Amino acid sequence: MKMPVVETQPLLTVNNVQKLYAINRGCQDVNFSLYPGEVLGIVGESGSGKSTLLNCLSGQAAPNSGDIIYHTRAGEDLNIYDINEAKRRLLMRSEFGIVKQHPRDGLRMRVSAGANIGERLMAVGDRHYGHIRDVASNWLEQVEIDAERVDHLPSEFSGGMQQRLQIARVLATHPRLVLMDEPTGGLDVSVQAKILDLIRTLVADLNLSVIMVTHDLAVARLLCHRLIVMQKSRVVESGLTDQILDDPQHAYTQLLVSSVLTP
Amino acid sequence: MNSMDSMNSMDNTESANVSHAQQSNYNFAYLDEQSKRTIRRGLLKAVAIPGHQVPFAGREMPMPYGWGTGGVQLTASILGEKDVLKVIDQGSDDTTNAVSIRRFFERTAAVKTTTATEEATVIQTRHRIPEQSLSNDQILIFQVPIPDPLRFIEPSETETQKMHALEEYGVMHVKLYEDIAHYGHIATTYAYPALVNERYVMDPSPIPKFDNPKLHMNEALLLFGAGREKRLYAVPPYTKVKSLDFDDHPFEIQQWEENCALCGSDNSFLDEVIVDDEGTRMYVCSDSHYCSQRVAEQEQEQVSSSHSQNKSEDLA
Ligand SMILES: Nc1ncnc2c1ncn2[C@@H]1O[C@H](COP(=O)(O)OP(=O)(O)O)[C@@H](O)[C@H]1O
Ligand SMILES: [Mg+2]
Ligand SMILES: [Zn+2]
Repeated sequence: MKMPVVETQPLLTVNNVQKLYAINRGCQDVNFSLYPGEVLGIVGESGSGKSTLLNCLSGQAAPNSGDIIYHTRAGEDLNIYDINEAKRRLLMRSEFGIVKQHPRDGLRMRVSAGANIGERLMAVGDRHYGHIRDVASNWLEQVEIDAERVDHLPSEFSGGMQQRLQIARVLATHPRLVLMDEPTGGLDVSVQAKILDLIRTLVADLNLSVIMVTHDLAVARLLCHRLIVMQKSRVVESGLTDQILDDPQHAYTQLLVSSVLTP
Repeated sequence: MNSMDSMNSMDNTESANVSHAQQSNYNFAYLDEQSKRTIRRGLLKAVAIPGHQVPFAGREMPMPYGWGTGGVQLTASILGEKDVLKVIDQGSDDTTNAVSIRRFFERTAAVKTTTATEEATVIQTRHRIPEQSLSNDQILIFQVPIPDPLRFIEPSETETQKMHALEEYGVMHVKLYEDIAHYGHIATTYAYPALVNERYVMDPSPIPKFDNPKLHMNEALLLFGAGREKRLYAVPPYTKVKSLDFDDHPFEIQQWEENCALCGSDNSFLDEVIVDDEGTRMYVCSDSHYCSQRVAEQEQEQVSSSHSQNKSEDLA
């Protein structure tokens, strides 16, 4: 896999982040930096704290302690929980993109595909119907949905198409940082491959920075430049994807890797 | 004292109302003074933050919610003994709803009532803004069923409050987008959302969008009351109100090919009425006072012109 050109300034810096629901349930002692153009995978078994961490990163759940510092388009370094809610929500709308595991959680099921994509544009001030519709149609094509279906409701789409629509909706405003929680988790294995391919192409074409939660190491290997491995709320290992999957150092990672390799 | 003064000096209304209260079983205008004062406090807040929905502790009124209890409570709270009240429903002074509310205040407040728009100091309305311009000593009170324009897309009250607070109004355009995608134009014709004072998006209640331009820079104080949802809001005189739209699909009002069959008006809001068993249609002004006034004026002109004609014939 081609590594991105590493810029010196991280897009996101995570310092000692902790959010615990009970002892060792949630996430703690989390430290890492994400550089522009990087795809970082968060792997680990179910219950290890991946979603808790991602929710902290996406502005949806304030950590109990620690800092999450985001380097904005304007060149500011913002601690995303130090700014007020209005500014945080604006930042989430304009620079972050969040892809939910279940498309129905990330889509408005009662409005058309075009309106779903257009909403984010309108939310940041686009007031030209023709332009919004053109952008929506283009995005549908980019995620391999026939642009003719721009007026169809998401409920008329298959699960895989709904997920692709959600991705189009999120990407339409050109977020710099995309956060995904098990984006293929709810789908049949047969349709997963197409989505993964699509994500891989878009990430490369748009030079997106991505943090992706997955419990599927095959997905991690396909998409992620780097991985952090979580167990019982802590990061037990982190490094380049190939290194971690081919030569795991931590006993837990070894177990994780072997259980995948020997079905 | 009229209602404009009572908004300004809340305490005097109370003493003015005591004499009436002593003579009847009700307090003046039915509501107790404590409730009125709470509502007036809410109204002052609403006036201070145009378009912002203010919660109020609504009272039970002796009529069902669908009858406009929100508007009735606001009217009761601001009415003074010298006010002149007009009540309209769908533009008409004569529907059951309008007549009952007018009677209600005649009985409980013994105020003078009128059907003449220009005579009224307080107008309670459902569905319309009068055709003739209002002045800055008048108050128009709207009966509102659903006060929150964001409700259609976001059922959670906490979330809609947050959206208003943070000016997250992108979803309002989603609705208009859907209209154009499905019908080729913005098909929303009633309760058409508008941005008040460049800040809050407001549901102007189920008035036709034809009336939206009248909200803009209106001289009168516009008050909105939702009884079931216990919310009130206001557009103070001379406030900017902009109907939402797209650059390439600008806001437009309804238009008719026909003129009013009774008064000939070519610029008022028309209702289609079926006049016989064969289904013959006729278009007439929905604002009944406006229409009858025009008809009266035209008759007057005819009379005076036939008079002068007679005179000139006499002279000849
Ligand atoms: N909202 C919550 N309230 C209480 N406990 C929670 C909550 N969310 C997650 N947890 C607990 O925190 C732990 C980590 O959960 P989660 O982050 O969802 O793990 P993962 O995404 O890795 O499966 C689990 O034990 C889970 O039960
Ligand atoms: Mg999870
Ligand atoms: Zn007429």
